[in-house]
Amino acid sequence: MNDMPKFDRRSFLVGVTAAGGGFSLGFNTFASDAMAADATPEVNAWVVVKPDDSIVIRVVRPDMGQGSRTGLAQLVAEELECDWNKVTTEYPTPGQNLARKRVWGAMNSTGSQAIRSSQEYVRKGGAAARMMLVQAAANEWKVPVEEVTAANSVITHKKSGKKTTFGKVAEAAAKLEPPKEITLKNPKDWKIAGKSPKRFDTRNKVTGKHMFGIDTVLPGMVFASVRDCPVNGGKVKSFDASKVEGMRGVKKVVAVGETGVAVVADTFWNAKQACYALPIEWDFGPSVNVSSASIADYLKEGLTAEKAFIGNKQGDADAALAGAARKIEATYAYPFQNHACMEPMNATALWTENECKVWAPTQNAEAALAEVIATSGLPAPKCDVIKTELGGGFGRRGRADFVRQAVLIAKQMPGAPVKLIWTREEDMTHCSYHPITQCKMTAGLDDKGNVTGLHMRISGQSIIASLAPERLDNGMDPATFQGLTASSPEGAFGYNIPNVLIDHAMRNTHLTAGFWRGVNANHNAIYVESFIDELAHATQTDPLEFRRKLLKPKQFAVLNAAAQKAGYGKPLPKGHFHGLSSMNTFGSYVAACAEVSVENGNLRIHRIVGATNPGHAVHPGMIERQVAGSFVYGLSALLYGECTVKNGAVEQTNFDSYNVMRLDEMPKVDVIVMPDFEFWGGVGEPTISAAAPAVLNAIFAATGKRIRTFPLMNQSLTSA
Amino acid sequence: MATLNVNGKTYQVDVDPRTPLLWVIRDSVGLTGTKYGCGIAQCGCCTVHVEGVATRSCSVPVSSVQGKKITTIEGIASGDVLNKVQKAWVDNEVPQCGYCQSGMVMAVTALLKSNPKPTDEDINSSITNICRCGTYQQVREAIHAAAKA
Repeated sequence: MNDMPKFDRRSFLVGVTAAGGGFSLGFNTFASDAMAADATPEVNAWVVVKPDDSIVIRVVRPDMGQGSRTGLAQLVAEELECDWNKVTTEYPTPGQNLARKRVWGAMNSTGSQAIRSSQEYVRKGGAAARMMLVQAAANEWKVPVEEVTAANSVITHKKSGKKTTFGKVAEAAAKLEPPKEITLKNPKDWKIAGKSPKRFDTRNKVTGKHMFGIDTVLPGMVFASVRDCPVNGGKVKSFDASKVEGMRGVKKVVAVGETGVAVVADTFWNAKQACYALPIEWDFGPSVNVSSASIADYLKEGLTAEKAFIGNKQGDADAALAGAARKIEATYAYPFQNHACMEPMNATALWTENECKVWAPTQNAEAALAEVIATSGLPAPKCDVIKTELGGGFGRRGRADFVRQAVLIAKQMPGAPVKLIWTREEDMTHCSYHPITQCKMTAGLDDKGNVTGLHMRISGQSIIASLAPERLDNGMDPATFQGLTASSPEGAFGYNIPNVLIDHAMRNTHLTAGFWRGVNANHNAIYVESFIDELAHATQTDPLEFRRKLLKPKQFAVLNAAAQKAGYGKPLPKGHFHGLSSMNTFGSYVAACAEVSVENGNLRIHRIVGATNPGHAVHPGMIERQVAGSFVYGLSALLYGECTVKNGAVEQTNFDSYNVMRLDEMPKVDVIVMPDFEFWGGVGEPTISAAAPAVLNAIFAATGKRIRTFPLMNQSLTSA
Repeated sequence: MATLNVNGKTYQVDVDPRTPLLWVIRDSVGLTGTKYGCGIAQCGCCTVHVEGVATRSCSVPVSSVQGKKITTIEGIASGDVLNKVQKAWVDNEVPQCGYCQSGMVMAVTALLKSNPKPTDEDINSSITNICRCGTYQQVREAIHAAAKA
């Protein structure tokens, strides 16, 4: 068909590995087709310098609020030695990336990867551009390049006193061969990175000018509203278009694959009115009798099932438990949850026989493009995706199901751009949900109270089995053991316990599981950190001291920092109690110390201190905000997050039945950012895992009551 | 046909009179700063001012606001000069994704007009907009900063 590099759709869905090695710098494509609106040639794929010295830095990882647009530009600018005040950014499209043999590498913001997985090559991109600019000046002056320096977009030859600017030599630099050897700065010498400059996009966000996907406006555009089968796995039996075709503004009623129906109209409201008035007969499929209770029973069986995938085995946990002086057991359960991005899923598609273009708020533009190519029936070079701004993502927008729908509808409206918007109801009921799991923890103690063995049995859904089954490892989903494996740069089990067995009885449900900000670490941390707290109390040991004995040093360092800042162990206001947690995930070490009170069963979270060691801190100000935001996301989940199933369908349809935390419940958050410069970890997600267990452990301290089934809204917190 | 006064301009819009103000502002008037989040007045993304009062436009039929003074996020700055809430939002770098912030800024602008020095309790009871990124701490700080400005 064509000679574009092959890539498969699924590989972009997972993203985590797509972003790893295997991508080489493609500087040989410099000076080809710069995207900047004027004819200025790029110095290389990452950097365009205009004659007026303004700098355009290419950023390919979506910024959905986490700040990667600013952070990645800082890393390029740091090595480029340019004037930060003259920097703007632009997003190449995935079509451009594909046409240039993926010169920009992976384009996904998933798995807290945006900075850490691209930091090296974007820094090299900035450094290479600087070296070429300096070389161009040296050539012009006919002086040795070693005598020429660059700072703040100015190039200087000290000996002769000659000076020029990046803008004046950029055109010559663009014609040079890229350097072969690049030495990066020591991060301890950073001047732009490691600081907290203002982010680029704030003003537009307070004036209504930040253009999200839902704000896309194109000439001749029409609007679509869709209803997909309420039960996953079901399909449309029939629909009676004649009942709504005469309604105001309706242009067409169309099937959307086998599972959905959409109405296209002149405005979204008219499309929605007709779509929800449309009589549809559904074939609900094989899962129509599934309920929350049946799923819970199914998972419960897995807690004691003989067969399970082993994720971490050290020593002989079975023998240690059999020989223990004392055995402690606890069983936990974590529900399905919806990401509930504030901007509902949407995409705008234009299809003709010659091209297909989609404007979409996507966390993974390449996965979206793959979906467009697969659905449009057109060859790859005729397709592209224009990434708009994103109103939240949280993992939901790594999928491209809404993009596929938009293309399917647009194919039935050739030549007319179609803006498909999901109602909140459609969004709530057609998610790829936080996986549902249960967990049984069993620990053995010797007669001195030392933990001699631990068995952690997780039973429940696998995200990989849902979204990318071909990535299962002999049936096992390694991602299930996030933060629980013996060793992994992504995050390892933090406790030194001689005999450990952590295994997973995979029990998949008909609801699609998906990457939900924080992912499997969220429930894994609740299980481990609650149970460690249970063991501390069972042995009448202070929870911080208990962890000090067992935690690996980097892990304890963040926990201790959070505890000290929170005043752990010092007198608190009457009725206030502390709780602790820590986790190693997304490559970072995080911890939390929560301060709560429970009065007449009413929980108040007064303060929470977070500590994070992400290895390198590119923009400490935004890290603080990500940590605070992670607490909100994680505590919303703990307090209210639950999607229940009845007759195969999700029961929660909007924020009235799926509540989230609001401002009145927001605790005071303090954040310690403590990079040790020894690795590169993620920031956007890890702290979510630490949020809930810290609060749960504080609730236990306050009430003597151990909550093991979530969310809290279903539980009484009245003292035990 | 409905006649609307949005940000000081008059618009004639040909819509079903039951259409929520939100969708008329977005699709007929063409101002997209006002956001759709839930459609049932829960999240506050769609907050505008009707005669100066913060109003969740997703749940107001356009027929009920004819002839009334409607202000959207695009209409609260004076040219390039941001209002004091917008300015506090920029100075405190409140937004993360930004999707809820039009509604937040509109709700807070209305709050400060009726209650120029709100306490934390006042803020808790009047600012009920949802932010999923979790900017609440910065929102609170920026409200106090705007109140002092």
